[in-house]
Amino acid sequence: MDARSNFTRPARLAAIAPYAWMVLFFLVPFGFVLKLSLSQTTIAQPPYLPILDLGAGWQALADAASMFSLDNFRLLLSDSLYLSAGLRSLTVAAAATAMLLLVGYPIAYAMSRLPHRWQPFAMMLVIVPFWTSFLIRVYAWINILQHDGLLNQILLTLHVVSAPVVWLSTDTAMYIGMVYSYLPFMILPLFATLSKLDDALLEAAADLGSSPLQSFWLVTFPLSLPGIGAGVLLCFIPLVGEFVIPDLLAGSDALMIGQILWLEFFTNRDWPVAAATAVLLLLILLVPLLIYDRFQRRQMVRP
Amino acid sequence: MSTRRFAALSRFNIVSLALGLAFLYLPIVILVIYSFNASQLVTVWGGWSLRWYTAFFNDAAMLAAAGMSLRVAATSATLATLLGTLAAMALVRGERFRGRTLFSGMLYAPLVMPEVITGLSLLLLFVALGAERGFWTVTVAHTTLTMCFVAVIVQSRLSGVDRSLEEAAMDLGCNPFRAFVAVTLPLIAPAIAAGWMLAFTLSLDDLVIASFTTGPGAATLPIRIYSEVRLGVKPEINAICALMIGAVTLAIVTASLVTKLSSGRGGNAAPM
Repeated sequence: MDARSNFTRPARLAAIAPYAWMVLFFLVPFGFVLKLSLSQTTIAQPPYLPILDLGAGWQALADAASMFSLDNFRLLLSDSLYLSAGLRSLTVAAAATAMLLLVGYPIAYAMSRLPHRWQPFAMMLVIVPFWTSFLIRVYAWINILQHDGLLNQILLTLHVVSAPVVWLSTDTAMYIGMVYSYLPFMILPLFATLSKLDDALLEAAADLGSSPLQSFWLVTFPLSLPGIGAGVLLCFIPLVGEFVIPDLLAGSDALMIGQILWLEFFTNRDWPVAAATAVLLLLILLVPLLIYDRFQRRQMVRP
Repeated sequence: MSTRRFAALSRFNIVSLALGLAFLYLPIVILVIYSFNASQLVTVWGGWSLRWYTAFFNDAAMLAAAGMSLRVAATSATLATLLGTLAAMALVRGERFRGRTLFSGMLYAPLVMPEVITGLSLLLLFVALGAERGFWTVTVAHTTLTMCFVAVIVQSRLSGVDRSLEEAAMDLGCNPFRAFVAVTLPLIAPAIAAGWMLAFTLSLDDLVIASFTTGPGAATLPIRIYSEVRLGVKPEINAICALMIGAVTLAIVTASLVTKLSSGRGGNAAPM
């Protein structure tokens, strides 16, 4: 008991600074988002009403509080622009996540089948692109996909097409960018579970007469489900709120919810509606976030 | 015998690995090659040249943005490493303390939180506090995001460290602080270094959070690049991107060499 407290007390002390930091800069700001989502837009600096002034006394606070309303949410739920953006975000994120799984699984599987001394090297090869800038990786695809870019030049030279294909500002370009940018997030958790798989299980399945494909479906795949879950959540959640990829690669006729938030904030300067969009986005993501949290905790319990 | 059985699968494995790595690396390689293109037109090859690198080093606005980004990245990565390491210690060693669930939730949520939400909420805090937006607001915002990544990296290393080593040091008369610094800190140093580097590159990359939290006249490099890219592909941007890729590659190679050297030393020291 005494030996343990030698660790627990310093650990509690260590928690103070990061705890205070996260409360101030992560938790409290959500309170401001919530408050702003109930406020009204006005032409001023800052562009919203009411402004709570704690020094002005209770009466002034009560007056200010009476100005709160759910108008922004009513607007979001009644205007089809916002609804279709929300729907598009969910479908695009789901489709992109499915593609990521299809592309990432064979790569992670192949990595896990490599000789053990090669595996750290393969893992580093997958991580390195993740360290180069997100923006640069999207930009790299603009280079390739533009009207007279490399892809069209190759297709024209090989006579696959007779005229340049429009790639940029399409959903195809957006999906390519999403799969490209998020691939390490899918591969790494898959690889983590697949590399821990006991080869003896596969040998046992083979001895019992399974074909390689059968033992994959009956042994490997079910055992890799935790990795699939982690990879799917790690990709799906940020993809729903993605801004840069749809903004630079997709067309402007259909928007995702992250783009709506950005437009309301930077272009329309309608901070309350932007905040209401953020609250709705958060509510949409709460379900997968909670699942992710549970998953994390289960991972931590299991050594 | 079992190897022969899986031989059919392994050809499939080689193909998917090769295709996967090609998919990951070809766009970056193409980008770097085209940054040396002499031609004004991005798509026509006009021979090798360094003219776009010279253009970047003569572009005062771009250089100022790059300087701002580097300062923000260095400061926020250092703060994030300090806070993230403390958070990792609290998570691994504080078995139970009040608010632990909230604490770990706050540390994991930013890892997957859409950046537009993090950016907007931090901006509102800065407006409410009346903080002047610029270097420090972006730095604080980046610290908040990246300390979570540092915490996760250090946590995984720290949980693998044997506590009995520290207990032995304490039995030999070290106080808990000295025991930690003398025994455990060297063992988790590679993770702390990796955490700093990840925090640095994440900060250097970030567009969305910086756009929300910065003020007029304090654009970071990604903000400048983004506003240029929206107008189309420019050879100068290729050069800047190639420089950033080069810097990151150099950092990773250095880091892996350092880890190899330090683990080699650890291996030699062990028999003693």
